[in-house]
Amino acid sequence: MSIQLTVNKKKMSLDIDPNTPLLWALRDNMSLKGTKYGCGIAQCGACTVWVNGEATRSCVLPISAVANADITTIEGLSDHGDHPVQVAWDELDVPQCGYCQAGQIMTAASLLKKKPNPSKTEIVDGMSGNICRCGTYHRIQEAVKLASEIASKKKTKSTVKKSA
Amino acid sequence: MKSTRRSFIQKTALFSGAFCLGFDWFQANGKEVSMVQTTMDSGRFNAFLAIDPSGKIILYSPNPEIGQGIKTAFPVVVAEELDVDWKDVEVRQANLDTQNFERQLTGGSGALKHSWERLRKAGATARKMFIQAAAQTWNVDASTCKTSKGFVLGPKGQKASYGSLVAIASKLPVPTEVTYKNRKDYQIIGKRTKGVDNKSVVTGKPVFGLDIEKPGMVIAQIIRPPFGATLKSFDAADALKMPGIVDVVSFKNKVAIVGKSTWEVMKARATVSCKYDSGDFDSDSTHQKWFDEGMKTDKATVQRKDGDFAAALARSAKVVEATYECPFISHSPMEPMNFFADVRSDGTVLLAGPTQVPQSAQKAVASLLKIDEKKVEVELSKMGGGFGRRLNNDFALDAAELSSIIKKPVKVMWTREDDMGGGIYRPAARYHFKAGLDASGNMIAFYLRGVGINAGNATRQDNFPVGAIENVLVESVNQVSAVSTGPWRAPITNFLGYAEQAFLDEVAEAGGKDPVQMRLDWLARVKSNPVGKITYEPDRFIEVIKQAAEKSNWKKKPGIHQGFSVYFSHLSYVAQVADAQMVDGKAKITHVTAVTDCGEVVNLSGAENQIKGAIIDGMGHALFAKLRFNDGVASPTNFNGYRLIKGNEIPTINAYFVDNGIEPTGLGEPALPPTGGSIANALYAATKKRLYKQPFEV
Repeated sequence: MSIQLTVNKKKMSLDIDPNTPLLWALRDNMSLKGTKYGCGIAQCGACTVWVNGEATRSCVLPISAVANADITTIEGLSDHGDHPVQVAWDELDVPQCGYCQAGQIMTAASLLKKKPNPSKTEIVDGMSGNICRCGTYHRIQEAVKLASEIASKKKTKSTVKKSA
Repeated sequence: MKSTRRSFIQKTALFSGAFCLGFDWFQANGKEVSMVQTTMDSGRFNAFLAIDPSGKIILYSPNPEIGQGIKTAFPVVVAEELDVDWKDVEVRQANLDTQNFERQLTGGSGALKHSWERLRKAGATARKMFIQAAAQTWNVDASTCKTSKGFVLGPKGQKASYGSLVAIASKLPVPTEVTYKNRKDYQIIGKRTKGVDNKSVVTGKPVFGLDIEKPGMVIAQIIRPPFGATLKSFDAADALKMPGIVDVVSFKNKVAIVGKSTWEVMKARATVSCKYDSGDFDSDSTHQKWFDEGMKTDKATVQRKDGDFAAALARSAKVVEATYECPFISHSPMEPMNFFADVRSDGTVLLAGPTQVPQSAQKAVASLLKIDEKKVEVELSKMGGGFGRRLNNDFALDAAELSSIIKKPVKVMWTREDDMGGGIYRPAARYHFKAGLDASGNMIAFYLRGVGINAGNATRQDNFPVGAIENVLVESVNQVSAVSTGPWRAPITNFLGYAEQAFLDEVAEAGGKDPVQMRLDWLARVKSNPVGKITYEPDRFIEVIKQAAEKSNWKKKPGIHQGFSVYFSHLSYVAQVADAQMVDGKAKITHVTAVTDCGEVVNLSGAENQIKGAIIDGMGHALFAKLRFNDGVASPTNFNGYRLIKGNEIPTINAYFVDNGIEPTGLGEPALPPTGGSIANALYAATKKRLYKQPFEV
């Protein structure tokens, strides 16, 4: 039985074991390697993707549970790698090894969707479910703040443009 | 040292018509630079610096990148001396080439120290040749020309890009004498340079080992035995019937499940049962017994002896004694171990994946398969962390052996449980210290015995304050276990540093001395009248200590409990002051001040990342990390039981660097060893409770 879902705006049809975790379906069946395996038990956050816009751990989520859902992975976060979170991550030189960062970025972008101007505490709490073994936490927190500023400037700009 | 570089360079090229400077970052005698005539060559890119006629500059970075930032730092040095705009530089990862490289590895925080001079020379030589090419074109004296951001500027306002000078420059003889930039003119070195892989990381490009896909590749997971156990039998009948399963095979007490996809392999693996022999395998109680025995034995190895410790202790007015202990811990890089191997029927082998030591992988696999090393090619991937774990090529050997058995290209993937349960741990150790103080509280006798399990010499016998103390005895005992161990970020010193710095805090307290002043007094002694061999530079120690005391407002912050530590490792010096505060009745580390002397800071952004990362790493493991053993099996094996520090548990950190322009030394490790000590001492200041065991919180 095939499972239909939309991944990064593309309609997909997969004929695989319905228990396959979304993580492995993405990596092995759809060749989307940006989403990472870290623990397999939803403890580290490296596998974070969006399911219908919500940041979700894909390593414990069976593909059958996301039938007809809309999935966004790091590859689909922006068309040109220019989502404010991606820009901020580069600008503040967040990554060390980089392995956890896709999950961090998907978590951060989701946090900013809900709270466009998060407080320091909201940032720290919102990001603390994602482990970074290299210890890039300070810059992660600073980059979320910067991303919120970039996004709000963008918004102001586009509003001005429209009204002009 | 062999020098095949010249012949190699002549046959190597990057682009038709490009200017290529071949230089060697690795050979001990490789400080010279030679030039390459270029022809199109599709194959092996190892000339490090190439400039094509459009002005694009390509640098090959040979050292494995594990997050320490070497892939950015190396090219920064070349680009600085070449005098080009950083945005015109493209950096690519070189694969293993043992013919032309030495020290193509990541470990020991040694890359920059080793290659600094070579990198500068390569950049400066190319720059000089472009100046000469321009001078020749304009018919002016080369001394009247300057460079700026990839252009040569002539005396009468002439301007030519390096790209436009490629054809002429590539025909010039390579100068033997070059001058380097004055460091006050640096444009890139010492500034903040972003990681060259940032863009691919933030967009999820498949750059890591686990992302490797090769034609015809199958996926495998391996069930490994308890430490010390022998596989008696296994039952894979059910697994073999499951969809997507290609084979289940056994080698060296391991059982490999091979299939077409990760999930199919995982599902099938869960149905495989293995039977092992029974025996007296390691448990925590075994290790405690070995520590006790190691502390009592009269067969310890003497690592250092200055004066007469026993006599000095006997005449001491006061004796301080303490025992510190650390457990086995896992490296747990976020990307678990994995490796790709294709052992082909034609006798060649392709290895690909994350290893800190590709040449060792090549050698080990060649030896395993009894073939010539030249037949083993190694491609390097980016690594999702290493922390020393990828210095051991057990994962590469497993992949190669499995590929040779199943006769297929295979990627062996370790689950988190495999990774955490599969060995090569930071060795467990126990340390016993004794200090004898005279009537004025001065330490006149110092003793350390380190008992490690598979730790080799668990001490570092020349560590400060050795050199300042008249009577010293340092001994080690190594207990051998089936639990495998290996280097873990700042090997041995990752815990020894904590134990030493915490013990010295006890010594200061017992002698009624300030921990900072006590160390400064010792260093004054080292300068005027050293005892025995000295491996550190006292003045550099003094500088980081003074700066850390000043920048942290040492003991001048009301309501803040401070702890001090300072450490010399990997040729760098780091002093730390940790601040603790009582929050809801509990002591909490709120801030760390770190002053580092690593010589010239090549990339300030990367350097800060390493210092802060190492402090967070050191603190997290000091607080939380511990593996337990029961009958040869380690636990916990995942992050639900094995706690890593999170973003809401970190202190603020101020990282400062001593600005002395000395040639750069290591930075991936040196900030870790002093961390456990500074925070243990701060927590003591807050609670009056000494912390003798890692982890502080169980």
